[in-house]
Amino acid sequence: MIFFKLIVTNLQRHRVRSLISIAGIAFSVAAMLTVVTILQGAVAMFSGILSSDSELIVFERNVSDLFFSNVPDEAVMRIGAWPTVQHANAVLFGIVSSSDHPIITCFGVTPSDARIHNATWLSGSRDDFAKDDSQVVLGERAAEFLNARSGSRVQIGHGSFNVLGIVRTANGFEDGGVFMPLGTAQTFFHKQGLSSVATVKLKNKENAAAFERAVQARYPNLIALEDKEFNQSYSQFKILTATAWAVGGCGLLLGGLGVANTMIMSVFTRIREIAILRVNGFSNKQIAGMIFGESALVSVAGAAAGLLIGWMAIFALKFVPALHGYVDAHVRLYVMLAVVGLACITGIAGALYPAFYAVRIRAVEALRFE
Amino acid sequence: MSDAAQYSSSSELAVLRAADVWKSYDNGSIKVLNGVDFHAHAGRTVALCGPSGCGKSTLLHLLGGLDEPDRGSISLNGAPLRLSRSSLRLLRYQVGFVFQLHNLIPDLTLEENCLIPTVAAGTNRRQAHARLMQLTERTGLTHRLDQRIQKLSGGERQRTALCRALMNRPRILLADEPTGSLDEHTSGQVFELLLELVETEGITLVMATHDRALAEQCDRLVEMHDGRAYES
Repeated sequence: MIFFKLIVTNLQRHRVRSLISIAGIAFSVAAMLTVVTILQGAVAMFSGILSSDSELIVFERNVSDLFFSNVPDEAVMRIGAWPTVQHANAVLFGIVSSSDHPIITCFGVTPSDARIHNATWLSGSRDDFAKDDSQVVLGERAAEFLNARSGSRVQIGHGSFNVLGIVRTANGFEDGGVFMPLGTAQTFFHKQGLSSVATVKLKNKENAAAFERAVQARYPNLIALEDKEFNQSYSQFKILTATAWAVGGCGLLLGGLGVANTMIMSVFTRIREIAILRVNGFSNKQIAGMIFGESALVSVAGAAAGLLIGWMAIFALKFVPALHGYVDAHVRLYVMLAVVGLACITGIAGALYPAFYAVRIRAVEALRFE
Repeated sequence: MSDAAQYSSSSELAVLRAADVWKSYDNGSIKVLNGVDFHAHAGRTVALCGPSGCGKSTLLHLLGGLDEPDRGSISLNGAPLRLSRSSLRLLRYQVGFVFQLHNLIPDLTLEENCLIPTVAAGTNRRQAHARLMQLTERTGLTHRLDQRIQKLSGGERQRTALCRALMNRPRILLADEPTGSLDEHTSGQVFELLLELVETEGITLVMATHDRALAEQCDRLVEMHDGRAYES
């Protein structure tokens, strides 16, 4: 109890300094949590687009980005006819810009695609989709920023299209995108007879490995992966995730430096006290434990505050109209644990030098210290 | 022959001994101890007297393992003093310190300050508390247990420091001008209490002091000057 009080007492003595350190860790944790959660949400949304009513994705082998993948229509059609396959849908991804918006994602899909079927149609009729090559369907957010309604004409890239309908989806990317009939998209993006991916649903999920082998044997230029495998191996997702952790890590490093500074100051201002404890029998381990304890308290308090701030920030971002559907406010447990763990490691690492300095204090000299 | 005379004439039964101890600071430019020989017997009180800067405090620090001599040896119960971690830790339980400035931690209460050595030693809480009550009763501090140090008088602070030094039942007490910061009346009271405690607990006391009147109340008086110790 007294040992704990010795730790807490020093934090109380220098309240402002302690609060600044806690704030440093808190904002670092909040930044890390927010960045990681948002990017993971984005990754989840993107993978959600791919896995819409499917378990496997077939795409061109060795492409760095799915936008550059070419899967022939003929391959999709043949794969769809395999006895183990329930359905295979070709999807073409494309990106265009409009005068106000640098990026508009376009999805070239067939009428049977789950995106068209599962979406909530706010206007227009799903039965009319792909009946007219010049008609497109807009996601709800895309309709907002393109200021379009059913029946109006919109400029998308170099083309002009009639709006067949407006749909609401649970996915932010899809909500901010444009759905075109596959043929229209292939013409528009100069990819006649090609799609970016084929999303495949099997009659029996157990046959996934056999399906992957069959694709490799029949189409050496293509690769089939289960959604989960794809999410783990897709380089863009890896880059995004690594970036998120790196940015957050830098924030934490700064927070850790703040803790180190605080702890060094803390040791310098209590040299005499440490000497008194030494004279009264405190061992090196106990002295170091006191310094690490103080640092751990700062880190834990900072991490707790950071989690709260981060969660509030994510929650608030969810309600920003421009980010609608992009932010997944669900903070994953492993992310929370990782962030808190990193905060504690950073805080304790920040106390290494101060603790080393503290155990080397010689009582006889320190007792003369005023 | 008095007890004091008997013990001062022989150092064979010494619990604490310094033999030909030298100590200097600033790379030898300030010579403080020049071959000091000193010993203290179990349960006896020894006063180290001498002017400021004669090396009293330095000798106490060396005897208590707070510092190392440049040359010579210090022994405790016949065994040479080693400043290794484990030896130092054991030494802290055998030797208690009282300083001129009480050296209490101001943010803690009287009780918490006194319990610090028991925290260091990992003493059972109940035993530590029983010892605390015993010592504070004898020093008249029981009613001040939960007071912060800032609220205590100078005499109370020094009595608290005395309690703290005795918490782990040390066999030796090293006191560096323990009454130096107190007025004459309080100084007398604290010194009487100190003598009473070391006598009842059977502790060896080595006390550095300027005050010859106090020093003369000890069993032995050792004069220090020119970095050497002389029996008085």
